[in-house]
Amino acid sequence: MTKPRPHPKDELLRQDRIPHIWCPGCGIGSAVSACITALQRSGLDYDKFAVVSGIGCTGRVAGYLKLDSFHTTHGRAIPFATGLKLAKPELNVFVFSGEGDLFSIGGNHFIHAARRNMDLAVICVNNMNYGMTGGQVSANTPLGARTTTSPHGNTEIPLNLPSLAAACGAVYVARWLSLDVRRLAQAFEEALLKPGFAFVEVIAPCPTAFGRRNKLGDSREMIRLYNQNSVIKNGVHPDETVIEQSQKLVLGKFVDQKRPTYLERIAQREDRPGTVWPQKSGEG
Amino acid sequence: MSTLSQETILSGDHFINGDVACAEGAIAAGCRFFGGYPITPATEVAERMAERLPLIGGTYIQMEDEIASLAAVLGASWGGAKAMTSTSGPGFSLMMENIGLGIITETPCVIVNIQRGGPSTGLPTLCGQGDMMQARWGSHGHYEIIALSPSSPQEIFDQTIRAFNLAETFRLPVLVMADEVVGHTVERVTIPQADEIKTTARRKPTQPPEEYLPYRTDRSLVPVLPDAGEGYALHITGLTHDERGYPQTDAPTQDQLVRRLIAKIQKNKNKIIDYREYHLDSAKLVMVAYGSVVRPVLRAMRRLREEGLAVGLLKLNTVWPFAEELIRDLAGRVDHFFVPEVNFGQISLEVERCAAGQAETTLIPHAGGGIHSPEMIIRVVKKTLAPGRAKGKGAGKK
Repeated sequence: MTKPRPHPKDELLRQDRIPHIWCPGCGIGSAVSACITALQRSGLDYDKFAVVSGIGCTGRVAGYLKLDSFHTTHGRAIPFATGLKLAKPELNVFVFSGEGDLFSIGGNHFIHAARRNMDLAVICVNNMNYGMTGGQVSANTPLGARTTTSPHGNTEIPLNLPSLAAACGAVYVARWLSLDVRRLAQAFEEALLKPGFAFVEVIAPCPTAFGRRNKLGDSREMIRLYNQNSVIKNGVHPDETVIEQSQKLVLGKFVDQKRPTYLERIAQREDRPGTVWPQKSGEG
Repeated sequence: MSTLSQETILSGDHFINGDVACAEGAIAAGCRFFGGYPITPATEVAERMAERLPLIGGTYIQMEDEIASLAAVLGASWGGAKAMTSTSGPGFSLMMENIGLGIITETPCVIVNIQRGGPSTGLPTLCGQGDMMQARWGSHGHYEIIALSPSSPQEIFDQTIRAFNLAETFRLPVLVMADEVVGHTVERVTIPQADEIKTTARRKPTQPPEEYLPYRTDRSLVPVLPDAGEGYALHITGLTHDERGYPQTDAPTQDQLVRRLIAKIQKNKNKIIDYREYHLDSAKLVMVAYGSVVRPVLRAMRRLREEGLAVGLLKLNTVWPFAEELIRDLAGRVDHFFVPEVNFGQISLEVERCAAGQAETTLIPHAGGGIHSPEMIIRVVKKTLAPGRAKGKGAGKK
């Protein structure tokens, strides 16, 4: 048997951990592939990247990327990454995790990291359920969808992640399908290089759990369904990206703005006496 | 406009409370990252760090909760910083899961618990020692922990330095289990000259990445790990992992890893366990005490000795790992242990276990909200020793 030719992405994969745990047809692999493309295009030293994941299927990403990589507790990737970044600001720290991890159990941390404009990129694979534990309802399961813990149909309104990210102050917000690896890689590259808190949501099929229970077909059919029912609207207000039945799934780059980052504000901190309220200045 | 010095180590005498002394001890030990959340009665630790760290090149961040605080501390430690958080009961409860992450990933850091009365919100402003067993067993799974127990502002300064040194030496979260009385007592604290303060630097691997296995250990059983950003492409996981750091979720790997995590503390316990003896060479009645309770115990001991009773004190400066052998040894030559603590029997259970029936053990409990008076301790000792009274447990009523 001849030795296979090296793959251009091998340099950033832990070959000794392959095969990976993801199911055939899972969208996480495409997101990882796009992430590696983005890392390669960034032109930055791989030794200065660190990736932090939480728990779940996407939480395993840190274990396959050949970077300094941290697989932490459920929901706590963002605060862990915050400490890592602040202790070593020269590192490019990014978070790669799922929607259950980042938004159900870890939502509070996302809110505050975005508010601080913490110098982090956050990549969220939204497969609309808890895949690793067999397909339970998450904060992003669509209304009516069946999961093992919403067997009669989900009655809770899902979070809209771009709205949340933008409202909390993220300076970069995008959403793409795992199918569209070209745009995904572009978005990841922009997010990784963006000063401040950047967020990319990846809509990905989970054929094994979510697709099967909701009769969405195999991976190819799920991807086709998502693709045919989506529309790209760059620059649209994030509130117009809510995922709803009978509405097209809105994709695009919704926010790309400048705001002083956490580290920039620390560097510019001035120790001034007095009040922060302008109308009060001059008094007392 | 800060009035505080930009000196790193504020050598000299200070009139400060235990919380502030704790913060100064951390800084003297080399702590340059603090992630925390305000909680009475530990808030002054955070306030002091918020004031001081930015002046000396460190980072203070107030996180959104105690879960995030400890997560950030663990992250900062992997970024190469000596890192700390401080909290009290409710916050300590929230930290339990990430304590486990710190244990299994072998992340050096320090967690200070200025204990208050519980359960739940309990007594925010008043003393308790009800978290001693939580410190030992609070995170899930089986593990060993190191917990120190300062009894005064000076001691919390000294022991916080030691906590950082132990954390770096053995690579784990080290707990400083103080209490509200220690945290809020204001008295003289002497900060030594910088060159008199011993600090432990983190060991770093010398092998090139291709020859290096992060969790392979030598006889010390303590791994030598790089920080992030040093070219080793580390993988660090809370899953059971092999020497490469890769998840390996099977029984043999679990056995190997957990045994080593336990053994690295157990085999070094004589280097870790610290205590002070008072009159133990001649004592027949031995008080075992830690934290703020040491002070009334000292007075009670003196008074009882004046009355001719052969009373001694074993003051525990570390509670975990527990001084098993010492208690076992003492139990063979003394009659009775008395354990006053601000709970209804935690460390007393350990004393009783180690005494193994060779000597009596009497708990002297105190609910949260205050500490024992010397009189209360004296009364229990006398009552317990009174002729005709049944020996044994449960003598601690007024």
